[in-house]
Amino acid sequence: MDAIIRARHVSKQYRLGVRAAPYGTLREAFVRAARAPLRLGRNGHARVPTLWALNDVSFDIPSGQVVGIIGRNGAGKSTLLKVLSRITRPTRGRVELYGRVGSLLEVGTGFHPELTGRENTFLAGAILGMDRAEIARKFDEIVAFAEVEKFIDTPVKHFSSGMYLRLAFSVAAHLEPDILVVDEVLAVGDLAFQRKCLNKMQDVQGHGRTVLFVSHSMPAISRLCQRVLLLADGAVARDGPVSEVISYYVGSGLGTMAERRWDEPDLAPGNDVARLRSVRVRDEAGATIDAIDIRRPVGLEMVYDVLEPGAVLMPNYHVYNEDGVCAFIAHDLDPEWRFTPRPPGRYTSTLWVPGNFLAEGSMFVTAAASTYTPMAVHFLERDVVVFRVVDTTDGDSARGDFAGHMPGVVRPVLPWTTQLEPALESAGRQRVGA
Amino acid sequence: MTVNLAPGAAGQPPIVIEPGRPWTALDLRAPWEYRELLYFLTVRDIKLRYRQTFLGVAWAVLQPVAAMLVFSLFLGRVAGVTSSGVPYPLFAFLGLVPWMFFSNAVSGASNSLITSSNLITKVYFPRVIIPAAAVLAGLVDFSVSFVVLLALLVYYGIPLTGGVLLVPLLLGVLVLLAFGVGTWMAGLNVKFRDIRYALPFVVQLWMFASPVVYPRTLVPERWQWALRLNPITGIIEGFRAALLGRDFDWPLLALAAGITLAIALYALLAFARMEEGFADVI
Repeated sequence: MDAIIRARHVSKQYRLGVRAAPYGTLREAFVRAARAPLRLGRNGHARVPTLWALNDVSFDIPSGQVVGIIGRNGAGKSTLLKVLSRITRPTRGRVELYGRVGSLLEVGTGFHPELTGRENTFLAGAILGMDRAEIARKFDEIVAFAEVEKFIDTPVKHFSSGMYLRLAFSVAAHLEPDILVVDEVLAVGDLAFQRKCLNKMQDVQGHGRTVLFVSHSMPAISRLCQRVLLLADGAVARDGPVSEVISYYVGSGLGTMAERRWDEPDLAPGNDVARLRSVRVRDEAGATIDAIDIRRPVGLEMVYDVLEPGAVLMPNYHVYNEDGVCAFIAHDLDPEWRFTPRPPGRYTSTLWVPGNFLAEGSMFVTAAASTYTPMAVHFLERDVVVFRVVDTTDGDSARGDFAGHMPGVVRPVLPWTTQLEPALESAGRQRVGA
Repeated sequence: MTVNLAPGAAGQPPIVIEPGRPWTALDLRAPWEYRELLYFLTVRDIKLRYRQTFLGVAWAVLQPVAAMLVFSLFLGRVAGVTSSGVPYPLFAFLGLVPWMFFSNAVSGASNSLITSSNLITKVYFPRVIIPAAAVLAGLVDFSVSFVVLLALLVYYGIPLTGGVLLVPLLLGVLVLLAFGVGTWMAGLNVKFRDIRYALPFVVQLWMFASPVVYPRTLVPERWQWALRLNPITGIIEGFRAALLGRDFDWPLLALAAGITLAIALYALLAFARMEEGFADVI
């Protein structure tokens, strides 16, 4: 195999104390040095709690393959990307890269608010590893892609956040390394621009570039990747074709996410206006479920805090299937709240998806709350919960008596009308025979 | 980047990522490949230095001029420090211009990594470029104040001699020294934030331990050896000799250059050793 990335027994250890106090002081260093003679014969490091963020990870990636990396938070995805992009070294093991690496761990790395769009484009391009001639050649294309032509000589601190992100991503999207390492950067910007970026990345794939792509978004993973590495506790738990690994992940309990909650208000997704506190998938009886009979309605319940009075808020859900196709987007049109500024407090809004509506398979739910005049997204949490729709083939779903593979995003039981025109026996025969 | 290590590219070795081995040989190839980034970061530092300041680049003149006035008043007039045959203000300014470059470059470089933590944790490039850019950005200020220095020479009617041709060489040694000290401190600063507080004080002391605002002859004979070991002494004495058209103290200059080279080399090695941990601790 013509591997462009070869990872062998890669392990990375972090000292946990390092997180609490990221840097030492000279005093500690002196104290440690002074005590060192006394510590001879004892293992001085034994008392420091450590964590193996990566534990014996090995894989080969052939040139041109687009590989998704999935796993829960803390599974080691970001650490792996940091090792592959040479930001940090492994504690053990070895990686060989047979090509130029471009890494995109954050949108806007190197952007400085005081510099103009033009200056930032060159600076960020250079930081990502492009040379001046290359940036100059692609400059017009980058600016046009970001749709910021008019403001390119304005300091980016005057940009709207959307413009800022578009320009930042556009610079990165025009990077042409042999190996592209991307971390969840698509979770920014508006949906139309995300779509454009996804297309741009698929372009990258078309040019035979190798891409490693970390995401929590199963739709994005299944749309982009050919192969998926599932990490769990720093090790490779599964490595294989997309559909296989994703369904293992979703079904394994590693990824079961019928309910998500944020107990720490400061860590909850949202802004000063509203924060998402929990989302769960429920049945009519109120139980949290991760699978629903296709014939039964399923409730998507979001609990959120409104912190500032006066905002008209429209909760909404986006539901994607395993293939990354958006099955639907639904807004809360409840007339009581649709035009009413909301007083602060805790709200629970539930969307009821009727039975016999969605097709079989795993559904990935994005929960959001927006204000549309003026446009503001208060929170938008991708793949916040996942549930499976199960068709039991009892014969009373849209499947009828058919037991084979049934494509389609929705599987509604729809009214049919049939008209029978009784045939005259002899006339019919004659007609057929004629 | 000009290298393109495509698979199968004839004879191109792969990029190998392994646990670091301390005190390995210096890798100067990587910084060279990223020289354009050095250029862009230097330009950024220059552009940001005076953006949003009211006086702008005038600060490059004001700082050494103000220092010169203060020292002229207190050391020249009040304390009556001798100035080896030239007017004290000119004497002091000749020392202050290189010194201010050095002290600004060292303090800028030593904080440069910390203020670039967002880059260090998000993208790879040879880290040494960050303090190097901070040092090079100081050259703009140096040039501006050097022009003022030339004007001052004209004002005092001192003719320029061939010695001026040595200024680039002296500046080169000064830049290397600032780079060495600044890079070393920058690396230590990531691990020990004490540096941030201690360094301005140490730099201040260093100035008074160098013949910046007083002549070398003022120091007692038994401390002359210490003064000679301080590379700033050789460099500043060199600047004075070059611009006042006097004889060079070549052994002193050679010693300064040698010590500077040793410091820069040690700093690069120490930095390479510290570098790999930056992303984890910054």
